[in-house]
Amino acid sequence: MSIASVFALCAAAAVGLGLYGLLVSPQPLRKILAFNLLGSGVFVLFGVVARRGAAAGFASDPVPQALVITGIVVAFSATALAVALLLRLFQASGSATLAAHSSARAGRDPTGT
Amino acid sequence: MTFALALHIALAGMMLGLAAWTIAARETFAAVVGFVVYGLFLALVWVRLDAVDVALAEAAIGGGLNGVLLLGAAARLRATETPADAERPRAGLRLLAALLSATVAAALAAAVLQLPEPAPTLAPAAAANAAATGLANPVTNVLMGFRAMDTMLEKVVLLLAVVGVWSLAPDHFWGGRPGARHEADPQGTLAFLARVLTPFGIVVGIYLAWTGASHPGGAFQGATILAAMWLLIMMAGLADAPPTNARRLRLMLIAGPGVFLLVGLGGLAFGEAFLAYPAAYAKPLILAIEAAMVLTLAITLALLVAGPPERGAAP
Amino acid sequence: MQDPAPALEAVTAGAFLLVLAIVIPVAGALAAFAAGGRWVERIALTTLPLGLAIAGAIAIALWRAGAPIVYLLGAWAPPLGVALRADGLSALMMAITAVVICGVGVFACADFRIPAGATEARAPFAFWILLLAIWAALNMVFVAGDLFTLYVALELLTFAAVPLVSLDGRAETLQAALRYLIFALLGSAFYLVGSALLYGAYGTLDIVLLSHQLRAQPATLVAAALMTVGLLAKTALFPLHLWLPPAHAGAPAACSAVLSALVVKGSFFIVVRLWFDAMPGLPGSAAAQLLAALGAAAIVLGSIVALRQDRLKLLVAYSTLAQIGYLFLMFPLAFDPATARLAGGGALAGGLLQAISHATAKAAMFMSTGLIYAALGHDRISGLAGVARALPLSVLAFALGGVALIGLPASGAYLAKSLLLQAAGDSGQWWWAVVIQAGGMFTASYWLLVLVHALARGDASTALRARVSRLQEAAALALALCSLLLGLFPWDAYLAIPAGAASNPLTLEALSSVLWPIAGGAVLATLLGRSGLPPARVRVENFFVAVISSVRRGALVLSGTIERLDGALRQWPVAGISLLVIAILLGAAMQAAQSLD
Repeated sequence: MSIASVFALCAAAAVGLGLYGLLVSPQPLRKILAFNLLGSGVFVLFGVVARRGAAAGFASDPVPQALVITGIVVAFSATALAVALLLRLFQASGSATLAAHSSARAGRDPTGT
Repeated sequence: MTFALALHIALAGMMLGLAAWTIAARETFAAVVGFVVYGLFLALVWVRLDAVDVALAEAAIGGGLNGVLLLGAAARLRATETPADAERPRAGLRLLAALLSATVAAALAAAVLQLPEPAPTLAPAAAANAAATGLANPVTNVLMGFRAMDTMLEKVVLLLAVVGVWSLAPDHFWGGRPGARHEADPQGTLAFLARVLTPFGIVVGIYLAWTGASHPGGAFQGATILAAMWLLIMMAGLADAPPTNARRLRLMLIAGPGVFLLVGLGGLAFGEAFLAYPAAYAKPLILAIEAAMVLTLAITLALLVAGPPERGAAP
Repeated sequence: MQDPAPALEAVTAGAFLLVLAIVIPVAGALAAFAAGGRWVERIALTTLPLGLAIAGAIAIALWRAGAPIVYLLGAWAPPLGVALRADGLSALMMAITAVVICGVGVFACADFRIPAGATEARAPFAFWILLLAIWAALNMVFVAGDLFTLYVALELLTFAAVPLVSLDGRAETLQAALRYLIFALLGSAFYLVGSALLYGAYGTLDIVLLSHQLRAQPATLVAAALMTVGLLAKTALFPLHLWLPPAHAGAPAACSAVLSALVVKGSFFIVVRLWFDAMPGLPGSAAAQLLAALGAAAIVLGSIVALRQDRLKLLVAYSTLAQIGYLFLMFPLAFDPATARLAGGGALAGGLLQAISHATAKAAMFMSTGLIYAALGHDRISGLAGVARALPLSVLAFALGGVALIGLPASGAYLAKSLLLQAAGDSGQWWWAVVIQAGGMFTASYWLLVLVHALARGDASTALRARVSRLQEAAALALALCSLLLGLFPWDAYLAIPAGAASNPLTLEALSSVLWPIAGGAVLATLLGRSGLPPARVRVENFFVAVISSVRRGALVLSGTIERLDGALRQWPVAGISLLVIAILLGAAMQAAQSLD
């Protein structure tokens, strides 16, 4: 088993854990946290692919590395937008949840869960 | 099993333990702390995968700025912990979710372990074409040369995230300053840290951005450190957040993608293609774009952490 | 397809237009951001006709070239660089995007005014910049030839669409936006992990190069399944639709129009690119049937729950759900058993045409709904009586948009339906023909429900709360007319339409083909609509009334059950579990197809 394989398994496990957290945690902030975990697993998979592609004097294929850097920045901005939405939701409604019944006040149609 | 392999397995195991802690911890704040530590270990993993540029980016953005963002949110949302716990799905659904997530993870692991040998790679092509940009860092070559369009688009994505975050402001605070006014004890540790650390941080940040042309580093990593320094100053109360309707601020926010676009259009009009650099001027042009990018990125990343305007523009 | 590494000389003369199509909206957004204030709207309105002209120029250039237009960004050829490619599909989608965005832009001028005395306001600033960003992102989606560039474009699209949902700042829309964002991010993560596997297996992410090298391996199958499911989550195909109804119904009218008409088509287009261009031989018949089965379920569930809605905006949002299901019926119909590949032919043309017609029609419907809401102060269907006399143009726009969706001859949907029916007949898949016809009836049912209520005579209490701008009504009506007349466009220049499919739409037989769906729709609306049709003024025998009411009681129980099923499916854990189940099923179906070969 090579170093890359060890981290590949680690990344796949991170993806699985992130998925579970995203599906099951009721708090949106935990979901965002789980999404970050999922994202990090995906990036490490790219990194494993890059490591396997070492050639021409490079210890690691530069193209996937560039893709991962772009992905890290995009994931950060996604987290920032999600956190801003969540905090604003908490400010506006006093609760931070994605379930509709707690934010529906009397007279409004339940529009989702 | 060699010692190195054992060490790596231990590192991977520790990371997975932290990941499981992040998911399973009772308190969100504790989970976020675990996630920040996970991010730092992740940077070590990137070093072991021989991707030092990514390690720097992960430590700075993934662990650092992300951590600040999430810690701040967890602190503000403490009151929502208990009500949310009541919504936990039934054990049956949780078990099903766990089984399915495990299946997907296993399929992913099987797919990666069965990737073809020898691995297809673009490293030879990247090496062969490196002379076109005159930069020695292959990752910067890819980011600014071969795949410059993705990088430029990503700048636009960042700007859109800022617009999105700003759009969450209440109407009467539009154009105001983000976040609360921080006041720290002028004789306290935080103010001291901000005063002492910031000059070093600025030097390190600019150096990282500058040296990215030939060594691991680059615009993203350097800009993140600059953003962190600015955030530190704001948090210590040494300077106030800028009003979001300031013309200069807005111009600096579009400087990065704007310069990128102009250089690209220059290539379209006078050169071979959009985002193609003339061979003689490739390095200066790229450095100019990177300078503008560092400025924009630093401000953008800091503003994303600061959040939507929460007070008026008056100081 | 075309050569693997097209030389720079092969770039056609008009190829730089592809770059302009992306650069112009981006430059507009940047300039608007920097200028601020009242300049934001002015810059946006200046960019609209420019972008429309470029989309038209690309369509003409493509028609003249007769072959796909290729542009190499930075003069780097794939696999190292990124190429932009425009074929008939791209040009058509870019053109219809430009048309809808111009229509929405004209409509939105009245809704997003900066109040007098203020230099800048939040909602107008955000709206125009987000609109331009959506346009740039969509154009990028339609022409990018690289899977990672498509990922960045998708993220741009999501980041621009989510704030539009919460633009009015209410708690429900904030929640809907957050739900949309997190679910969409889950989808992008799946898409990205698939790209990682594909790069690991083939060393390139260029679509054309992948199509030459792709073989069935574990990595490819897992990648295909995960990427497809991620895109389905962003397109809100049943059962992954939990985020769409509250998001599209809660957004302001102009934003709902863009979200329903265009944003969901972006991820749908990438599914088409993946399945038809990158990996046509991979999915196999079973996976295609699975996609269409989900589509059929979407049609049934979306239409029935639409019938049960009390609010007009939610009805239109559920109608979008149903129409999205329609789009996925083309996959099994495009499958060629002889080569075991997906072939771009009549079925693909029909699916794209359906997407294009839905874009204009749904935009018109959301716009007219917004006008009705603004005028009446509410959008309860039961309270719509008299609005047809008060807002004739708006109701007409709604009616025309709806009938264009049902498939009145000369509309794009009519041509799409006939293409799909022909493909179903040719391939012997009669069950999809049944679904297509039933879909028409379902569409007619909720359209009729709204119209009958709107046309009913109102009492004195239907006083208009606010005057409605003529310009806004004109914009809605223009888009509705556009959707009605789309069938007359020369599609065969861009799509591979079998000869003789575009028969004369004005024959009596063709015109009568729209009567059957309307008749069926009337039956469905009577039985399943919660609001019910207003009582007829005709005296009917008690016996018939008793029969109809008892059937209706049974049907209402059925539709109530389906609505509860929809509610259960839209719970977050259940939707997430469905996502993983569909991913596993897709993967298994693709694996089964490969082992049968």
